[in-house]
Amino acid sequence: MPDLSSVLIVGSGPIVIGQAAEFDYAGTQACKAMREEGVRSILINSNPATIMTDEDIADRVYIEPLTVPLIERVIARERPDGLLASMGGQTGLNLAVDLADAGILDKYGVRVLGTPIEAVRDGEDRERFRALMQRIGEPVPQSRIVTSLPEAWDFAQTCGFPLIIRPAYTLGGSGGGVAYHEDEFEAVVSLGLQTSPIRQVLIERSLIGWKEVEYEVMRDGADNCITVCNMENFDPMGVHTGDSIVFAPSQTLSDKEYQMLRSASLKIIRALGVEGGCNIQFGLDPNSFDYFVIEVNPRVSRSSALASKATGYPIARIAAKIALGRRLDDLRNPITQTTSAAFEPALDYVVTKIPRWPFDKFARADRRLGTQMKATGEVMAIERTLEASLNKAVRGMENGGRTLLWEDPEWAGNESAIWWRIEHAHDERLWAVMAALRRGATPDDINRRSGIDRFFLDKMANILATERRLLAEPLTPDLVWHAKRQGFSDAMIASLGDTLPERVRELRESAGMRPTFKMVDTCAAEFDAATPYFWSTYESENEAVTSGEPAAVVLGSGPIRIGQGIEFDYCSVHSAWALENAGRESVLINSNPETVSTDFDTSTRLYFEALDEENVAEVLRNESTNGSAPPIVAQFGGQTAINLAGPLYNAGFQIAGSGVAAIDEAENRDKFDRFLERLGILRPPGATVTRIRDALDVADSLGYPVVARPSYVLGGRAMQVVDDRAELESYIEKVTQPSPEHPVLIDKYLQGREVEVDAICDGRDSLIPGIMEHIERAGVHSGDSFAVYPPVSVTPDEEAVLLDYTQRICAGLRVRGLVNIQYVLFGGQVYVLEVNPRASRTVPFLSKATGVPMVKLATRVMFDATLADLGYEPGLVPSRPLFAVKAPVFSTGKLSGVDTYLGPEMKSTGEVMGVDATFPAALHKAMIASGIDVPASGDLLVSIADRDKSEAAPIVADFADLGFGLLATDGTADYIETHLELPVRRVGKMRSGSPNVEDFIREGRAALVINTLTGRREAIQDGHYMRRAAAETRTPCLTSLDTAQALAAALREARGEFAVQTIDEYRAAPA
Amino acid sequence: MPVSDHAVLALETGDTFFGFAFGAEAPGAGEVVFNTSMTGYQEISTDASYRGQIVVMTYPLIDNYGVNPDDVESRRPWIAGLAVRELAPTHSNWRQQSDMQSFLAQHGIPGIQGIDTRALTRTLRIKGHKRGVLRRAPAAVANGLDPFTWIRGQAPSAKAWAAEQVQAARRVLPYSEQRYVAEVTTPDRQVAGPVRWAPWPTPPQRAGSPRIALLDVGVKTNIVRSLVSRGCHVDVLPYGASVHEVEGTDPDGVLVCNGPGDPEQADQAIETVRDLIGRRPLMGVCLGHQILGLAIGATTSRLPYGHRGANQPIKDLDTGRAHITSQNHGFQVDAASIPPGSGFRVSHVNLNDGSVEGLAHDSLPVFSVQYHPEASPGPQDNQYLFDRFLDLVDDNRRS
Repeated sequence: MPDLSSVLIVGSGPIVIGQAAEFDYAGTQACKAMREEGVRSILINSNPATIMTDEDIADRVYIEPLTVPLIERVIARERPDGLLASMGGQTGLNLAVDLADAGILDKYGVRVLGTPIEAVRDGEDRERFRALMQRIGEPVPQSRIVTSLPEAWDFAQTCGFPLIIRPAYTLGGSGGGVAYHEDEFEAVVSLGLQTSPIRQVLIERSLIGWKEVEYEVMRDGADNCITVCNMENFDPMGVHTGDSIVFAPSQTLSDKEYQMLRSASLKIIRALGVEGGCNIQFGLDPNSFDYFVIEVNPRVSRSSALASKATGYPIARIAAKIALGRRLDDLRNPITQTTSAAFEPALDYVVTKIPRWPFDKFARADRRLGTQMKATGEVMAIERTLEASLNKAVRGMENGGRTLLWEDPEWAGNESAIWWRIEHAHDERLWAVMAALRRGATPDDINRRSGIDRFFLDKMANILATERRLLAEPLTPDLVWHAKRQGFSDAMIASLGDTLPERVRELRESAGMRPTFKMVDTCAAEFDAATPYFWSTYESENEAVTSGEPAAVVLGSGPIRIGQGIEFDYCSVHSAWALENAGRESVLINSNPETVSTDFDTSTRLYFEALDEENVAEVLRNESTNGSAPPIVAQFGGQTAINLAGPLYNAGFQIAGSGVAAIDEAENRDKFDRFLERLGILRPPGATVTRIRDALDVADSLGYPVVARPSYVLGGRAMQVVDDRAELESYIEKVTQPSPEHPVLIDKYLQGREVEVDAICDGRDSLIPGIMEHIERAGVHSGDSFAVYPPVSVTPDEEAVLLDYTQRICAGLRVRGLVNIQYVLFGGQVYVLEVNPRASRTVPFLSKATGVPMVKLATRVMFDATLADLGYEPGLVPSRPLFAVKAPVFSTGKLSGVDTYLGPEMKSTGEVMGVDATFPAALHKAMIASGIDVPASGDLLVSIADRDKSEAAPIVADFADLGFGLLATDGTADYIETHLELPVRRVGKMRSGSPNVEDFIREGRAALVINTLTGRREAIQDGHYMRRAAAETRTPCLTSLDTAQALAAALREARGEFAVQTIDEYRAAPA
Repeated sequence: MPVSDHAVLALETGDTFFGFAFGAEAPGAGEVVFNTSMTGYQEISTDASYRGQIVVMTYPLIDNYGVNPDDVESRRPWIAGLAVRELAPTHSNWRQQSDMQSFLAQHGIPGIQGIDTRALTRTLRIKGHKRGVLRRAPAAVANGLDPFTWIRGQAPSAKAWAAEQVQAARRVLPYSEQRYVAEVTTPDRQVAGPVRWAPWPTPPQRAGSPRIALLDVGVKTNIVRSLVSRGCHVDVLPYGASVHEVEGTDPDGVLVCNGPGDPEQADQAIETVRDLIGRRPLMGVCLGHQILGLAIGATTSRLPYGHRGANQPIKDLDTGRAHITSQNHGFQVDAASIPPGSGFRVSHVNLNDGSVEGLAHDSLPVFSVQYHPEASPGPQDNQYLFDRFLDLVDDNRRS
């Protein structure tokens, strides 16, 4: 072991498409590994919603922006011996390279641990990678690095189409694409060049239609190498691996092919000199032994998180130990605890991963899949057959209850819509394949038109055959058994067999047909394993035997999606820990392989299962002792868990903490109105309507603007601020038709200050750790708002009202556990916007800012402890001497077609936290960490709607004052010249020909864009292209004047002067 | 008596696994062992070391890529039966020409699918190697029982019939008493012909075409391929070849290969090897390693449930390096029994259970490994051992 006493671990920052919870998992594993090895860990990450930034995970926690200057200050302060950057995804690796290039590592004598920087460069720099592969005789597709369009054309002429364009140094393949024809080529190459931070793209021979196979490889400093897992993609080459459906292990490779690629993987990791984990992707000809090396990630990755959960082998933890100098052969396999870590896991099940895409939120996005990743999360399923594994994974997607039986109603009589989805990789391709098979297409037809391997298509045909039997034959135990062994849910069987799911369950139970639970043990039962990591299947032997000790079941939050992110995983993990602390066994159910919650040692027992009612109920039955099931903790798994609470309660299971009645009272509009009325608390006037005419009448009587939304929505889906009757009519026509089944809520829109409170209530008393004030006025979804703790403009009187309301609402609903209440302060009054009797996405942020262990307390009070028992006085916890600002982070640059303006519908994928002793410094840090890193000078491009112009004027003047040059579209320019008398350069609108406003942005000539949305259709179009251009070129674009004003103030007042301290130092005293 | 597609795998312990038959109609009997390789079922089936064994594949989906003419490790499949969770009804691979159903049927070998192979594996791990019988149910027993009822094994007629199979399993001649080597060896001396090497890079070529005598106690083709593709002339000699017969081929080195059975039953090979030590460079593989152990006066014993898979970690004590190996053995050389002063030492150990994985002599060009450097199936990482052997051969030729 080298002489190391402290190590700096760099996190991956906010959740964005291509970089999600897997790096919290990796970083947390790394911190645990440091602790096991007696090394002091210093962690830096800007993302508060992570377990790794918990003070009991790392020894020193810095929640600071991930920039070279700030990291340098952490290094100067902590003087770590080593830097571990390979746990922080692409962000971590890029920072390590930047720190090395800036000479900072040398200056402070910090050694890069694990994979050397040169290996990173060899893996990441396409030209160097190619050269290395050629040197060791591994085939790479014909390609060329180019930095300009003429070079690109030159290569295209020698190589022919289709061609793949991959920008250098971007995450999730951002900015890449496929050019099938000459006429698309230039656009794709230009975008790639703009997206790459070093203006470099690789153009490559396309292997579209080849099999895509991945290997997860590990190597230690003594050159011992193992492969942990291989995986085969359902989608052939051409779809980003993050957007591919993946099976593990490979399914159609003979041992010769398996070993050929395995040997190549070992050769490559050795040539790179990686010390730790590495992911290698291959394209394999389906008709010969020919293959090409496609890509190497010299670090832990999304795939390695998947491989860890798929096999049980903790890649990140072992990689971290390797980085400290340990060897594979002197480490034990943590799963068996008796066998060696230098081995290769054997699976006795089939793992399926399906990405979770955000297209339910973004109706206008281009849903075709290609080299640029679009998924926000993923779901994994473990089963004994491929059919069952696939069915279970689909059930875990939580995509509006879609099973493999789902078809888009528009496909009826429209085969071309089906084939279009099959031929172009599309997020609905899986369902389209089923639909085509249903219409008589053969696996061979589909194989010819999609390149999807016949093997997978045959399996889907098997599923269809069972579907047909269920439609045609009486439901016998034998037929149900057959269907269960293929992963059909009771609900699917019932809908095909024309009965109710309960009847199917009764039939099963009377035949003694219950799922069995098997263990993930890394070794296919070859050795005894004590790891309580289970999954369900219909077999003969059940291995998940309960201990009989008191337990509780924590429901996880499933795949990461917009509106339900890593925050809920953070909460689930803390709840499991709190249960164990309080002497209760924690049983966790989740389907997301990227998370800490699905780590085998987070809970007492882990069930890796789709979070649907049937699966959860079966786990509860398996966990029962003497016929009584443990209580369910449903407050921490986001809407997923809340939605399960009602049905499980009705099925006779017990919900811990706030009852189902409280959930219903808060979510049912009428009950909630009556409840608030009883308490004498105001809410914006409004009504629930079930008819179009009523909607219009209600809106007329309230007066515009109003907020319209369907009831029971998550993440503000389909919510809109509506300015006039015409807009409301168009909303009803395009978004949602009110009906008795789907009521619509129409509320008066109050354009006030929005304030959010998270509280813990023990059924009587409430603890309010803190109040958060939004920077943007009401109307922007709380998940997309900047928010500050403690509030900066709430008066003591308002604070007293907020406190009083919160306590009375909690007590009135008899909340036991967490509650989140959103208020709007308007016209001297406090209005309640909504009450959610569950953990909200601000819980980790507020826990970190205040130091109050919110989830722990909430979990304890759910099991009968009082706040007093836990040593907490009711009421508002005194503010800490710090300011913490939460900033949203968007991934819209990767989703072509999606508009980026802020509104009531949530669009962000992640968040960051900026902390400092002053509000401007904290705000500026949050801005920087969220990617709004604006230089102190440069050009500001403004395009403001007429109704906002007067409000915008002083903000624009502020920026001019700060030294920004002004660019503006015509109307805005007129206004600036007339009213501000400032020099301004005019930029043409979209229809005015080139160069227009879009060109300006695409060419990187604006450092910052401020653009507000008008209701007029044409301007929306204009603004849309402008905002797309900004998103794709990563130019900060603010669509709320409140954010713009805050940025100007932050730039002016913070002047780039920041403190750098650990989060507990900030809480303890001012810097 | 007409048989059905319903079948049972019955262990001498009384454990019964109800499933569905494939392959031959004839029953199979032997020792039941599990293999954790996720690929390579064709190579495993045709590995003569499995003679007398019913093999349980722990990976649930078998025959996904079918059967092809190249991936055979000997002239025929040798397993006594194959037990899987699911035999793929269709196959997908560009080399596929046949499938396990017809391949096994053609050679009179039965298979069973649909059983909880993980439960079976756990039974074997906990209780150790057990004898078993794999048999199709008579139509009269299977009659009228749907698959669900059959798999549960609760129907009285099925239970009674399965109990008879348990009794049959208890009558199977114990593995250690079988003399399998004589059954699987080449009938006559043969010179290995040209081989088709697998899809990996050609190994380093040896100068001067070294002559290797291969004592065939159940050789896997990939051992022959590994030697021939390095430029060796390989004489394959039958089990029973005496030291004079071996030396009659004028070998530069001798390789004693893998094979089935209790090594103590391979007495003729033990004797030959004993005489060869010190006369020729010698490499032992698997059974060949155990034969070497017995030849030098060490003892062998059974492992609780054997090592069978493509993921077994070993450590080379000379280099300190760990390697992932392909293994298939139920016996081990007992480390403590290596006679002091024999000049032999343990050169490799298993990283999981510490058992002996290799022997080497301090001065003589003799070594052996318990695992399979030829792999097939399994990792190709240990091919270097053939180079090490041929280095010894070259050194010996020069001196």
